[in-house]
Amino acid sequence: MLILECPYCGVKAEETELSPGYEAHLKRFGPGSSDDDFEAYMFARKNPKGVHFERWRHSYGCGKWFLAARCTATLEVFGTYPAQSSEPPADLMAKIKAKRPDWKGYK
Amino acid sequence: MSTRLSKGGRLIDRSTSQEFTFNGKRLQGFKGDTLAAALLANDQMLVGRSFKYHRPRGVVGSGVEEPNALVNLGKGGRFEPNQRATTTELFNGLEATSQNHWPSLEFDVGVVNNYAARFLPAGFYYKTFIQPRAAWKHFFEPIIRQSAGLGKAPKDRDADRYEQAYAYCDLLVVGGGIAGLQAALVAGRAGLRVILLEQTAHWGGRAPVDGDVIDGKPAQAFVEAAVAELAGMDHVTLKVRTMGAGVYDHGYVLADERVADHTPGDGRPKHRLWRIRAGKILTATGAIERPLSFAGNDIPGVMLAGAVRDFVVNWAVSPGDRTVIVTNNDDAYRTAIALKEAGLEVPAIIDARATVSGDLPAKARAMGIRIEAGRAVAKVKGGKRVTGVAICLQAGEGAVLDEIACDAVAMSGGWSPVVHLFSHCGGKLIWDNAQAHFRPDAARPPLNHDGAAMVYAAGIANGAMTAAAVLADADAQARVAVAALGGTAAEAPVPQAATVTEQPMDAVWIMPQGATHALKSKMWLDYQNDVKVSDVQLAAREGYESVEHTKRYTTLGMATDQGKLSNINGLAVLAGSLNADIPQVGTTTFRPPYTPVTLGALAGESRGEIFQPLRKTPMHGWHEAKGAYLEPVGLWRRPYCFPRTGETHEQAVHREVLNTRSALGLLDASTLGKIIVKGPDAGKFLDMLYTGVMSTLPIGKCRYGLMCNEQGFLSDDGVVARIDEDTWLCHTTSGGADRIHAWMEDWLQCEWWDWQVYAANVTEQYAQVAVVGPNARKLLEKLGGMDVSKEALPFMAWADGTLGGFPCRVYRISFSGELSYEIAVPASVGLAFWEKLHEAGAEFGAMPYGTEALHVMRAEKGFIMIGDETDGTIIPQDLNLGWAISKKKADYLGKRGQERTYLASPDRWKLAGFETLDGSVVPDGAYIPAPGVNGNNQRNTQGRVTSTYFSPTLKRGIAMGLIKGGLDRKGEVVEFTTLSGTGTIKARVVDPVFYDKDGERVNG
Amino acid sequence: MKRYSVFAIAREAFRDHTGWERAWRNPTPKAQYDAIIVGAGGHGLATAYYLGKNFGITNVAIIEKGWLGGGNTGRNTTIIRSNYLQDPSAAIYEKARSLYETLSQDLNYNVMFSPRGLLMLAQTHHEVRGYLRTVHANNLQGVATEWIEPNRVKELVPIINIDGPRYPVLGALYQARGGTARHDAVAWGYARACSAMGMDVIQQCEVKGVRSENGQVTGVETTKGFIGCKKLGIVVAGHSGQVADMAGFRLPVEAVALQALVSEPIKPCMDVVVMANTVHGYMSQSDKGEMVIGGGTDGFNNFTQRGSFHHIEETLRALVETFPMISRLKMLRQWGGIVDMTGDRSPIISKTPLGNCFINCGWGTGGFKAIPGSGWAMAELMAKGEPGPLAADFNMWRFREGQFIDESVAAGVAH
Repeated sequence: MLILECPYCGVKAEETELSPGYEAHLKRFGPGSSDDDFEAYMFARKNPKGVHFERWRHSYGCGKWFLAARCTATLEVFGTYPAQSSEPPADLMAKIKAKRPDWKGYK
Repeated sequence: MSTRLSKGGRLIDRSTSQEFTFNGKRLQGFKGDTLAAALLANDQMLVGRSFKYHRPRGVVGSGVEEPNALVNLGKGGRFEPNQRATTTELFNGLEATSQNHWPSLEFDVGVVNNYAARFLPAGFYYKTFIQPRAAWKHFFEPIIRQSAGLGKAPKDRDADRYEQAYAYCDLLVVGGGIAGLQAALVAGRAGLRVILLEQTAHWGGRAPVDGDVIDGKPAQAFVEAAVAELAGMDHVTLKVRTMGAGVYDHGYVLADERVADHTPGDGRPKHRLWRIRAGKILTATGAIERPLSFAGNDIPGVMLAGAVRDFVVNWAVSPGDRTVIVTNNDDAYRTAIALKEAGLEVPAIIDARATVSGDLPAKARAMGIRIEAGRAVAKVKGGKRVTGVAICLQAGEGAVLDEIACDAVAMSGGWSPVVHLFSHCGGKLIWDNAQAHFRPDAARPPLNHDGAAMVYAAGIANGAMTAAAVLADADAQARVAVAALGGTAAEAPVPQAATVTEQPMDAVWIMPQGATHALKSKMWLDYQNDVKVSDVQLAAREGYESVEHTKRYTTLGMATDQGKLSNINGLAVLAGSLNADIPQVGTTTFRPPYTPVTLGALAGESRGEIFQPLRKTPMHGWHEAKGAYLEPVGLWRRPYCFPRTGETHEQAVHREVLNTRSALGLLDASTLGKIIVKGPDAGKFLDMLYTGVMSTLPIGKCRYGLMCNEQGFLSDDGVVARIDEDTWLCHTTSGGADRIHAWMEDWLQCEWWDWQVYAANVTEQYAQVAVVGPNARKLLEKLGGMDVSKEALPFMAWADGTLGGFPCRVYRISFSGELSYEIAVPASVGLAFWEKLHEAGAEFGAMPYGTEALHVMRAEKGFIMIGDETDGTIIPQDLNLGWAISKKKADYLGKRGQERTYLASPDRWKLAGFETLDGSVVPDGAYIPAPGVNGNNQRNTQGRVTSTYFSPTLKRGIAMGLIKGGLDRKGEVVEFTTLSGTGTIKARVVDPVFYDKDGERVNG
Repeated sequence: MKRYSVFAIAREAFRDHTGWERAWRNPTPKAQYDAIIVGAGGHGLATAYYLGKNFGITNVAIIEKGWLGGGNTGRNTTIIRSNYLQDPSAAIYEKARSLYETLSQDLNYNVMFSPRGLLMLAQTHHEVRGYLRTVHANNLQGVATEWIEPNRVKELVPIINIDGPRYPVLGALYQARGGTARHDAVAWGYARACSAMGMDVIQQCEVKGVRSENGQVTGVETTKGFIGCKKLGIVVAGHSGQVADMAGFRLPVEAVALQALVSEPIKPCMDVVVMANTVHGYMSQSDKGEMVIGGGTDGFNNFTQRGSFHHIEETLRALVETFPMISRLKMLRQWGGIVDMTGDRSPIISKTPLGNCFINCGWGTGGFKAIPGSGWAMAELMAKGEPGPLAADFNMWRFREGQFIDESVAAGVAH
């Protein structure tokens, strides 16, 4: 039963207030893109056992989508940040790197 | 015999007697008794039968660990199987019956299994019943099912109700013994919000029973003072009869409060399920005593030493007149002393340790109790009740040295900390060799959301075995937790318990050490499931070496006590068989709940009408009052039809269709999704969302649109209206409103966050009525207030205005093919408007119609229905909806997906209409087979029906479906399958528009 | 291998059961095998078994990180059915179901296959139409299912409430030869048979890397050293992504938690398996008497074998409403497993970008019932290097082409 802090309204939201949205920082490929790119966009998920970046929506709260960095093996949450981010905040990445020296980055 | 003592009993009120029955026999106990205590007080030691061999079973424990004393409790709507007698508080009128026997508890024919035990070793069923093949299902399995199963199945609906509640705290302390109380005091005094749970009805745990002395006073005084102090703190919540059931991630704890188990029918909920979010959790859950494995250790009258002490001290019940103690540790001597002090005989203490020292043995000796060191039980004698024990050397093979007559045996193999809650979320354990038990490893706790420790163990639950150590450990652990929560615990002296010098225990897993196979096959590990030492050893020999394999092969620890008594003994025997260390073998996984939780409590109040949230349109009550037959549509319940007296549903639907086509029908369309999309970039956004172009839609006009997912599959459809320069109103399907709104938000927030668009789901803000049929305009004109003429409000236009005084927005759109107005009014006046329409429409033949008439009429017109023509694998092109896809747009959601080879294939099945040759109705779900079979010998197919109805308008069956080649095959006769699989139904491929092909009626 | 029988039991009974052999050997790995299967769950063991039985390939090792049968094979709700809608699914699940019919005799190990009947309740008109479609499809696929009316549902399941105020039962999709089996026994029976054929079941051996030369697999690095092989089958369910990563490719798979629970045992009260998909719950009664209950999955990636509790509550709300008498039974134990979900919720049995490396994964919530069919198809793929008709449609490239095998259509469910 996860708790994730909504970066918009500051509420420590309990899982039942949230809707999951799976992997974050996917790049959309539309018409004209290659089969490889489109397949990767639609299906090829990182699915890491460890640090994972994912999307959540505070559906039964402020309604905002946000992004979270979470460990899929321990469920530790490293941090959350607005969905309007092209990449994870630098301080969050530094925090994860400090906690998980073997982490290879989010890409 | 077991009986009530004339004095004592710290938990009973002798002035209040309680009548109850057991197997129909009228018995008496006292207020404060557990059912087990009251049964023993009435010399009812035999309480049940075991699972496999149907051996007689007596009370063995005194609390949640009890594997044997399970009863059917109550009757009718309050009947409950497998109730533990040791935790069931006695009440006046309690009715209990014993389980798993036929015809009676005393004489059970199932005991034949016991005599055949040598043929039924662990895993025997995997090795036999293999031939003949049909025999398993029809012969062996039914016998096994009947013989297993324990309690009876309830027959009636539950007469009780259950509540669920949330609670929040900084520190949750589970366990109200002296450790939990001390920990709660430390945290409470530091000002933290504390919740303290105790599973029994009493505070204090074992300390008052064990005669501990704290700060120079009996433990009970400490307990009372602590509870009083905690009760005085506003930020501390105390709960008895509340079991910490499970620890889940991020500090979520489930707790089950037994509110009215002991006062059934008093109007309160039976249980209250607490979902607690705690900053940190401290488990002060104590320990459970282990049995010893000696031959005959399952005969009624053999009990845990601590349980015997509980019965004597708490309830003034003596399990036997002459009780032999068997032990490998000093703690059991407390039982000998308690029995002796109660005036009962203790013929001997059989201690497996070669030498016996320590304060407690010294006291026992001084009381004149015979102590046999280095000795073991060779065998317990007796059948349905202990009659004596045979004694042998612990170091030997079981040669009998002496026999002692007795009617009870109190055994202790040491104590295992209750580590369940610590382990549920992955906390790791370490093996304590000195105490021969697993205890929590504070260095590897379960982790919280922040990666820090989530659970701390304290007291005996943490392996602190004496009262003094328990208090010190609880105090220390609580201080760690308080600091981790950012609090500051005030300096305060730790309460001091009087120390008793105890000699270390000996790990004794089999008694005697060199026991023969004959003896081992009489040593029970799991009393309920009938797993013996010999079974575990057999499993190990056969290669089931993992502790999980052994558990599953033998069923060790899978009984209702989930191995509380058997797990450690079992895995020690397994380790011995494998010549491995116990920690190397490891434990099975601890899973919630700690003790079983009633399913009703987990379901809570969600029953019947409010089983799920119920969404109601403003007209919902009207529909119910008119006797509408309702069907679930998402969380809505919509009228399927409005049957009149004597009408079948089918007849009602036909009437509704014909009336709408010939006169006037009214549909409550309020469930239709309504989403306002607004902003400078709203047009651009809708052009991405819909396959068609919405940005060019003129203000005042409507346009039909399709939405696809990124795969390219059709996901929703509806009419979009342009409200003003930067505002559109998107209608969605009834089931799709929330999903589509979320879909919009997803793209707006996560992909095109620089676009200036707002989306608002206003579905419930408006009631919407479809006024349909040739008389539709007449009705609206009668109401008056706005111009609804063909010229002022043409097809696919909308206008704001008033009708009959109601402010409204009127859309000239039609899903039936008839002249039709969909009218939205504020939800608050929806019912009044609806009633007004009926009243004013009566002269024009107005009738309400339901969803089925809606479906029939749209099918007559060849309109697709999301969910019928689509199923998540259909693209718009399949449905001949290419006209609704813009060829000019560079992009829309799903466009790239539709370019994939399989979706672009010309071989895809396409929409067509079908008319049966004989006028009958094509069966729902029918396929059109094709010649031949595929590589897996499955019949090839070339199409299937998607919508099929009897058309009351055309008086014949009509259908829509998908077929390879689509309308290119118009005129061809194809065959549909039947439900029975025999024969086919011939139908001609036709245009899917069956009625008013030229669309004249819509213009009325 | 000494055969199991009632006579063997009787013989052993009179010598204190000292003569039973190990069910499977505990071998040390050889340097090289013709084929290595990673993962000694049901699917991996069945693959090995049919490699030996159907193709005579017995120089095989099945290597397992933990203990055999310890993953999803040992933590599912044991339902067996083949009433699937789409042709490829119906084919492989029906193959599996028909193999289950004789599996006990085939393996000489009683897996307790109990074709007690399975029904899926239709509780909306939409669901009725969906299940009718399934019956029509199953008729053409050679899968014996039928549509039954509410009164027949009530006869088959006397404890059911067919008149619920919210979701009355409108009928059901019934498969008379669907049912359950003893999940552990399936793994143990296959392991024993594999071991008897000379295959090595190597437990407590974790794969740490996949070695290849010139695009062809050559072996695996393990915690017990390098083990060479000519062919490699990856059959590791929830950890497929991790092993695929070692082999250098990415899968369209995500790992999520699926939960289940059992009640305390009671005397028999329900013979058939009931699935109620509108309200999200399914239930059967085990031979031990426990009500075995399953529900939905979490919506986030998770490798902890623990799920979120609100799913348990949701499932029990549905089942208490459907079977009111279970309200006073008690939840004895709940647990979770990690299931691997693909883009269309159907499995992958496929060649991979690495030569002679094959993958079998993505069974999601429906793996147990497929075990024999999955093993059969995977063995054929590994032996021949090309998929047979059972596996052909389950290739891993179907997503890019858009050729989904989507069972969620027509009210069907993937589990």
